[in-house]
Amino acid sequence: MAFLLMDCLFRNTDIDIGISIFPCYICATSGFCDIILNISMQCLYHMKSTATDMKLLHCKSMARKVWTMFEILEKRSLNPTVTLMRINAPKVARKAEPGQFIILRTDADGERIPLTIADFDRESGSVTIIFQIVGATTEKLNHMNEGDCLQDFVGPLGRATETEGLKKVAVVGGGVGCAIAYPVAKKLHALGVEVHSIVGFRTKDLVILEDEFKDASSKFVLMSDDGSAGEKGLVTDALKKLIDSGEKYDRVITIGPLIMMKFVCKLTKEYSVPTVASMNPIMIDGTGMCGGCRLTVGGETKFACVDGPEFDGHLIDFDQAMARGAMYKPFERHAYEEACNLFKEVK
Amino acid sequence: MPNMSAKRNEMPVQAPDVRNKNFSEVALGYTEEQAIDEAKRCLNCKNKPCTSGCPVQIDIPAFIAQVAEGNFAEAYKIITKSSSLPAVCGRVCPQETQCESKCVRGIKGEPVAIGRLERFVADWHNAQPEAAPEIPAKNGHKAAVIGSGPSGLACAGDLAKKGYDVTIFEALHVAGGVLSYGIPEFRLPKSIVQKEIGGLKALGVNVETNTVVGKTISIDELMKEEGFETVFIGSGAGLPRFMNIPGENLNGVYSANEFLTRINLMKAYKEGSATPIKAGSKAVIVGGGNVAMDAARCAKRLGAEVYIVYRRTEAELPARAEEVEHAKEEGIIFKFLTNPVEIQATDDGWVKSIHCQQMELSEPDASGRAKPVPIEGAFIDIEADCVIMSIGTSPNPLIKSTTSGLDTQKWGGIIANEDGLTSKEGVYAGGDAVTGAATVILAMGAGKKAAAAMDEYMQKK
Repeated sequence: MAFLLMDCLFRNTDIDIGISIFPCYICATSGFCDIILNISMQCLYHMKSTATDMKLLHCKSMARKVWTMFEILEKRSLNPTVTLMRINAPKVARKAEPGQFIILRTDADGERIPLTIADFDRESGSVTIIFQIVGATTEKLNHMNEGDCLQDFVGPLGRATETEGLKKVAVVGGGVGCAIAYPVAKKLHALGVEVHSIVGFRTKDLVILEDEFKDASSKFVLMSDDGSAGEKGLVTDALKKLIDSGEKYDRVITIGPLIMMKFVCKLTKEYSVPTVASMNPIMIDGTGMCGGCRLTVGGETKFACVDGPEFDGHLIDFDQAMARGAMYKPFERHAYEEACNLFKEVK
Repeated sequence: MPNMSAKRNEMPVQAPDVRNKNFSEVALGYTEEQAIDEAKRCLNCKNKPCTSGCPVQIDIPAFIAQVAEGNFAEAYKIITKSSSLPAVCGRVCPQETQCESKCVRGIKGEPVAIGRLERFVADWHNAQPEAAPEIPAKNGHKAAVIGSGPSGLACAGDLAKKGYDVTIFEALHVAGGVLSYGIPEFRLPKSIVQKEIGGLKALGVNVETNTVVGKTISIDELMKEEGFETVFIGSGAGLPRFMNIPGENLNGVYSANEFLTRINLMKAYKEGSATPIKAGSKAVIVGGGNVAMDAARCAKRLGAEVYIVYRRTEAELPARAEEVEHAKEEGIIFKFLTNPVEIQATDDGWVKSIHCQQMELSEPDASGRAKPVPIEGAFIDIEADCVIMSIGTSPNPLIKSTTSGLDTQKWGGIIANEDGLTSKEGVYAGGDAVTGAATVILAMGAGKKAAAAMDEYMQKK
């Protein structure tokens, strides 16, 4: 049984002909007609005055693009190992909040990896991710280009950053963690919170989002391990200095390498400043099903995917989190090398 | 004249020490001759005791009578009147405690192998050239199904056959729920699961993967903004339980869910898989249910020496008899009356051994099973580099926490009446999300019941 355009039950009406995020009646029930709603709840067919085959084809490709393809809309290298990608994902963009994450797969045999949402645009239905090339999957991802499509992209997952009641916050980011710290700083800034951003990198070439952070903060401190960018030293040195100089924060939000977050939390504990750390452990489903992402917080086992990813930094068992993060290191290194070799051969 | 042999026809299986090294299906199924011979053992009892033991009341003697005559297509029709997933249930139902436990032939000898016959009929049907399904005329009502496991598939199938516009929402990237991520390939080939789902799609059911209801979209939004008149929650019991003993977060400790998901959903057992798995050289599985057997047999296939640690005795094992039998044949070592109290670590944070309290049985507890109590001072250490916790799962709180007016039990189960209706109008629920972890067939039955109630509700509207 085949449906034609003429069969569309809602062809001459302006009523709801489906739902905002899923295909129209005919498409949903027959699997044949690919005329699908656009974001403003209109059937793409309604936007056309005549229905020619060409237009139908156009509708089809448009519709696919809008609803089912996780297309890479933009790809930008932030530094030699960190890449930004804006992905077409209207379903996720509709609900995304700073602090939440997504899970993606690059291809049909790919692994599921969690990445924190770096930005989103509800209007255009896109979600931005920023990732560091650390293993086989991120290497593969980095070899994809604008116009390519990801296999899967699901979210938003986890809890959003709590911003209620905050007046003055220090956002402490390290390395690629700054990509996740930035939307948090941006949201706080937009809410009228006084934001002090302290970001740290190993060296000048690795600095990302410097201007963005400046725009979102009333105070911005850039630190580098070798002194080639901003001040020489660790983010904890800068934070200590600010607190010692009399800055009183309602909360410190820290996102970065586990070892950095561990020492930020140790410092703020001494000063009794409430601190939230964003965890990004190994996980599979991201919905509480596997328990692979579990960590100990205040002596209790928590799942980062549903209870987090942000937790009270003074209660997290960072040493255990670091051990768990290294669980598949040998496998990952091997897979990464294989992926690299594969891409070398292709070149 | 019925076949009066006291013994049932054995089903061909892969040899134990062959199959414990591969992930291909263990049981190979009856041939036509074996199926007909077995079907002739059925006495076609008038009062159908077997049917009363079936959670979805399949007319068992009627389908078996057709098998005995060689009318396999007719037999399939009879089964599918009551069951949506015969190829699945024929493989994973605990028949020995259901239909087969009531079989008259079981009094003096072995009961008729009903499960094996169901499986045969379904496989025979699946091997036939596919006829284009009749797409039912649409009635213009929309229903949403959350979760694509057994209850969701059954509910969606029944609604679609009645002409409803059904959309299934699935959180993972593959449909099938526990049939896809939980039950291993060697017990339930994934091609069978995908065939069932393909059948639903052919009926016009829309399957939206990568959609986490409660996160990507809420039930309230589905009903208010997206025009779904009814919603069925079949989100299962996916939250793994842990024992809360020291050392449970060490490297090398998995929940059975994680271990099985890596293997089944992510195909970690295949050479070159992007998803890693570590079954270690010596794996200890804690628990005695079907999931524990599945995890143990997977670990064995990945090359580990495997122990199952269970705090009661063999008689109390909740797993299907066939799974226990198969596990033993494959070389899994059972340690009964043993209860872990601590997992001990190596210097670098990996599992080294599991410290267990030895138990003895005393009076039966509330569940009717003899209660295990510790033997004072009796402990053993079992060396292991992998520990898999398989002590049960509970319903995921995600939907409850994002749906207004949906009542749940203290332990997380959604409260629903006989027809599956929850405390929220138009919202139904069934399967493990309501009962806690149970069987495929019970979930399927609940999905069918809810579909009937949803049909009635939407017709009245």
